[in-house]
Amino acid sequence: MSGHEFQSFFPDSGEVDMTDTSTSIDEATMAELRDLAGRYPQARSALLPMLHLVQSVDGRISPAGIEACADVLGISTAQVSGVATFYTMYRRRPGGKHHVGVCTTALCAVMGGDTLLEKVSAKLGIEPDETTADGTFSLERIECNAACDFAPVMMVNWEFMDNMTPAKADKLIDDLAAGKDVSSTRGAKITSWREAERVLAGFTDGRADEGPSAGEASLLGKSIADANGWAAPKPEDAK
Amino acid sequence: MTDTLTPVLSAQWGAEKSWTLDAYTATGGYEAVGTALKLTPAQVTDMVKDSGLRGRGGAGFPTGMKWSFVPKDNPNPTYLVVNADESEPGTCKDMPLLLASPHILVEGMIIASYAINCHTAFVYIRGEVLHVIRRMQQAVAQAYAAGYLGKNIKGSGYDLDIIVHAGAGAYICGEETALLDSLEGRRGQPRLRPPFPAVAGLYASPTVINNVESIASVPSIVKNGSSWFGSMGTEKSKGMTIYSLSGHVNRPGQFEAPLGITLRQLLDLSGGVRSGHQLKFWTPGGSSTPILTGEHLDVPLDYEGMAGAGSMLGTKALQVFDETTSVVRTTLRWIEFYKHESCGKCTPCREGNWWLVQLLKKFEAGEAVDGDVDKLLDICDDIGGKSFCALADGAVACVTSAVRHFRGEFEAGYKTPAWELFPYGASALFPVSEKVGAHA
Repeated sequence: MSGHEFQSFFPDSGEVDMTDTSTSIDEATMAELRDLAGRYPQARSALLPMLHLVQSVDGRISPAGIEACADVLGISTAQVSGVATFYTMYRRRPGGKHHVGVCTTALCAVMGGDTLLEKVSAKLGIEPDETTADGTFSLERIECNAACDFAPVMMVNWEFMDNMTPAKADKLIDDLAAGKDVSSTRGAKITSWREAERVLAGFTDGRADEGPSAGEASLLGKSIADANGWAAPKPEDAK
Repeated sequence: MTDTLTPVLSAQWGAEKSWTLDAYTATGGYEAVGTALKLTPAQVTDMVKDSGLRGRGGAGFPTGMKWSFVPKDNPNPTYLVVNADESEPGTCKDMPLLLASPHILVEGMIIASYAINCHTAFVYIRGEVLHVIRRMQQAVAQAYAAGYLGKNIKGSGYDLDIIVHAGAGAYICGEETALLDSLEGRRGQPRLRPPFPAVAGLYASPTVINNVESIASVPSIVKNGSSWFGSMGTEKSKGMTIYSLSGHVNRPGQFEAPLGITLRQLLDLSGGVRSGHQLKFWTPGGSSTPILTGEHLDVPLDYEGMAGAGSMLGTKALQVFDETTSVVRTTLRWIEFYKHESCGKCTPCREGNWWLVQLLKKFEAGEAVDGDVDKLLDICDDIGGKSFCALADGAVACVTSAVRHFRGEFEAGYKTPAWELFPYGASALFPVSEKVGAHA
């Protein structure tokens, strides 16, 4: 077909930036990497958590981080890079203090996600996969984040920001930029993307008790059941 | 006759600090562990078999039967891996479950692990849900502290460790063999089967992989009995399950009901399609399940009912779209998702979804040419059934079902852009900018 001449187009397949060799990985980080490797029946299973830890320390997947993982696990740096470049959560360029995601998979897009992304992008002055010059924000066009009953959905540092509107998104960015306290609609007070990455690596931050048990939509069926006196059968009635 | 809604898994979601051990045990939590540990593993497996519980992650395979496939004479350890990689577009049931009631999964994992003689179990949670991971990490820590995990659980002599593992962004890791590769610290790419995971799964050892909701259903079966579970639902689709209603409805949300409820019933309960609008199309279980229309409102939402309607129950993710929605635009977005998430291992999926996006963009822009609908279906033929895993088949299903029900709308893309036929602002919940255009 005319206009369909083949052109390889995989923008996400870029390499780790090997020219930026800066790192904050120290002996304490190495000890934590070894700790993670020791938590699994086979050490290599810890590679994904270890890469999350690298990001929390270096703000990206750094060359030093790749070497550190390879050293601890006794595998090659190519094997580590191969994994690091497969998963979308691993950043090959420095992420912002706050990592903002806007869902534009079908349902969120239709319900307004496209406009949210456009407005957030314009407000921050960056395109998806970029970071603001002051390092405060990075932006990502995310795929479905399992919160469709709260569409359109945004995420900040992988915390839910449910039922978003342009006005709410505007205020969210302003508040984060001003350093005000911002809480997820179904999560904890927003800290930073790096602190979030540390939790994902497997080092808890003691914030599990923050936030509600569920959102309103999550509770809708239960509240309708209660209003009607509906419940699962009693075990004795089912015998 | 059972009630229309039957909250079991979701019964405590609204309780004060529902996610804590204290809240869970206050309503009988962990009692089923005590019951199960007094039975033999085979008896527990039989209970789950007898209940009729089928996998809630999409495929609907009988859970107890899956457990019984684990070989008894294999010298390697047996592993349980819970799939909490919930990423299928529209699917949003496991995350609220784990956020509100993580202990129900921990309890289910203890019982399931005991039944398959497993001493190390994993929960693989997608990485993009920080607070869900926090709650799960804390629940596991609390369960250890209370003696429900670790050595000699409650004096039974049974040992179990649970490892909470965060993924790193890859839909494909919801496919069970890709999940195993990912959990081994590799790129998440599906494996060729056989061997099946029950024989050679994690670390080439016998492995059972179950969805969150499947395992979370187990404590209630042990506690209340197989016949109790089977008293809900339909003949071949037994028990209660969580339906997730989203999109153009007045009140989206989660509904736990016996299998076999209909979309009409769920819409009636929740206030219906967005006021002033009519249903156009919907998915029964995520974007990989062929779309249905208003003529399927009364088909039972169970495994057989959905199969009979030419679709699949999938994850029971009911995404509702009203008459303002362009099916071309929606299909394009779904295929952009599959293109983005294809792991790249199989050529038909990797290249085919790329081509589908190119062609669907032309339909959206009104720049397709006569015959392009057939070309679309031709490309689908080249993808479906020709790849390792079901990702490719799911992608194809959303295109072919959209063309089956709305061929005319695709043909309109030979002349008219989708945004002229269906101004996008009409579908959104707030005013949207005029500028449209699909992303890369």
